[in-house]
Amino acid sequence: MVEIKNLVKKYGNKYALDDISFTINSGEIVGFLGPNGAGKSTTMNIVTGYLASTSGTVVVDGKDIFENPLEAKKLIGYLPEQPPLYVDMTVQEYLNFVFELKGCTLNKQKHIDEICTITKIISVRHRLIKNLSKGYKQRVGIAQALIGNPPIIIFDEPTVGLDPKQIIEVRNLIRNLGKTHTVILSTHILSEVQSVCNRIVVINSGKIVADEKTENLNKTINENTRYRVKVSGPQRDVSQTLRNLPGVVSIESLNERDADAFVYIIESEPNIDIRKKLFKTLADKGWPMLGLEGVGAELEDIFIKLTDKKGKKGE
Amino acid sequence: MLAIFKKELRSYFTSATGYIFLAVAMALLGAVFGATTFLQGTGETGTYFIFMLVILAVILPILTMKMFSEEKRTKTEQLLLTAPVSITKMVFGKYLAAFTMFMIVVVASMFNYIPLYAYTVDDSISSTMPPNIVMILGSTFAIILAGMCFIAIGMFISSLTENQFAAIVITFGVLAALLGISIFNGYIPSAAIRGIFDWFSVYDRFYNFTYGLFDFGALIYYLSVAGVFVFLTIRVFEARRYR
Repeated sequence: MVEIKNLVKKYGNKYALDDISFTINSGEIVGFLGPNGAGKSTTMNIVTGYLASTSGTVVVDGKDIFENPLEAKKLIGYLPEQPPLYVDMTVQEYLNFVFELKGCTLNKQKHIDEICTITKIISVRHRLIKNLSKGYKQRVGIAQALIGNPPIIIFDEPTVGLDPKQIIEVRNLIRNLGKTHTVILSTHILSEVQSVCNRIVVINSGKIVADEKTENLNKTINENTRYRVKVSGPQRDVSQTLRNLPGVVSIESLNERDADAFVYIIESEPNIDIRKKLFKTLADKGWPMLGLEGVGAELEDIFIKLTDKKGKKGE
Repeated sequence: MLAIFKKELRSYFTSATGYIFLAVAMALLGAVFGATTFLQGTGETGTYFIFMLVILAVILPILTMKMFSEEKRTKTEQLLLTAPVSITKMVFGKYLAAFTMFMIVVVASMFNYIPLYAYTVDDSISSTMPPNIVMILGSTFAIILAGMCFIAIGMFISSLTENQFAAIVITFGVLAALLGISIFNGYIPSAAIRGIFDWFSVYDRFYNFTYGLFDFGALIYYLSVAGVFVFLTIRVFEARRYR
C-alpha cells in the first residue's frame, strides 16, 4: 500500500533521515516509534507530500508521491502533529471546506454526518473551533483526515497533550479505524503502539532500528529471563548469595522493602530455569521467599536496548 | 481552487481584516475624491486617481499580510499542501480572493462619479468641466492593473514570513519604494541608472492612463509584474519542500 524506498532527507549537512526503507501492507496498523527528533515527523511529511525528500521514493498504491502527487495525495488522510484547524470556522464549516478542498464526489452532508458520528463530534458541529477543548480539536483533526474516505490514514503523535480519558478515546477510535483502513501512527509513547498497533517500526537518529510484529518484538529482544523476588533476610548477604547461583547474569537490589524483606530483580540466562534452585538455596539459608514473579521486558527496555545496540554498531 | 477562493473570501469577513480594509478604503477614497473634485470645483479626475494609487499602496497590504503568513503560523498550510490540490491552484485561489476584495472597492468607489456628474453638467450650479468618461475608464483600468501588481507583491512577501506584522510593513515599504522611484529619480545624475529605475516605476506608467491614453507597453508591464510575483509565490512553496 505504501512503499518507502531508500528515503534520505538532509537539512543542510544533517541527515534527518538516513536511507529508510519499509513497506506498509493494506490493512495494517503500523506504529512508527522513536524518540523526539528521530525523524518521525519528517518521514510522515514526506509520505504525505508536504516535504520533498533529498533522495528515495515513496509509492502510494502504485502512485509516486513526487511524480504523481495529486493522485497519491487523494489516497491519504493526514493528521499532522498540530491539527491544521481554521479556528475561526465552526466544525461544520471547516469540514465543508475540507470536503470541497479534497474535491470529494460523495454525498456531502451524508458523508460529513457519518464522519462526525465516528469521531463523536456531532454535539459540537455548530461551535467555533477556537472554543473547543483540546480533545475535541484533536477529533476534528481526525475527522478532517477521514474526509473523502482515503484508504490510508496517517496520524502524527495523535495523543500528545490529551488527558488520560481522551487518550483512551482516541486510541479506541484509531483501533476501530484500523479495521477498515491502513493506519500509520507515529508516537514516542511505547504503550500506545503496544495497545493499538500490530506492527512496530522503530526509528532512531534517522535510521530504522527494528521492524517487527508487536508480539515478536518482545520475544526477539528478551534474551534473558527476568524475575522479581522478594526475600526476607539481610540485604547484602542475600544479594551475594543470589549472585553466586549458577545461571544468574545480574542482580539488582531495589530500594523497596516490606518489613525485613527486600526486593531484587534477577536476570538469568535464557536456557536455565533458576527458580527451583533459587527456592532451595534461600530455604537452606533460612531466608523465606515472600514472592517470585516473572518480569517481561517492557517495551521501554526493548527500545533502549535497540537504540543502544544500533548506536554502538554505527560508531 | 474554488474551495480555497471561497474560504479566503469568507475569512476576510470572519476576522476584522475585510471590514477594516473596506472601511478604510472607502473612507479615504471618499474624502480624497471630495477634496480633489467638489472642493476644487472641477470635474477633472486625474489628481484623484493619482491619490487613489497611493491609497492602494497603503491599504492593499492589509489584505495581503496574512494570506500565507497566518497559514504558516497556525500550520494550516499543511492541510492545503497535503490536499490533492496543486500549489498553483492554491496560490491562484488566494490571489483571486484578494483581487475580489480589491474589486469591491473599485466598483463601490465608482458611485462617486454619479453626484459629480450630476453636479457638473447642471450649468445653473456651476460652469465647470464635467468628468471625462474615457479618462475615468482608462484610469480605472490602470488602477485595476496596478492593484493586481500590488496584491501579487504583497502575496509574495506574505509567503516568505510567518509574521503578519513583518509582512504588512515590508509590503508597504516595497510599494512605497515603487511609487517613490519617480520622485527621487529626477535627482539621479546618471541617465543609465535613471533608465533602470524608470523601468520599475509604477507611477510613470500609470500617468498616461489618467489622460485616457491606452498605453500597451504599460499593460504588458503591469501584467508581467503581477505574473512574476504570482509565479515567485508558487516557487516559494515548491522550493520550501526541498529545504
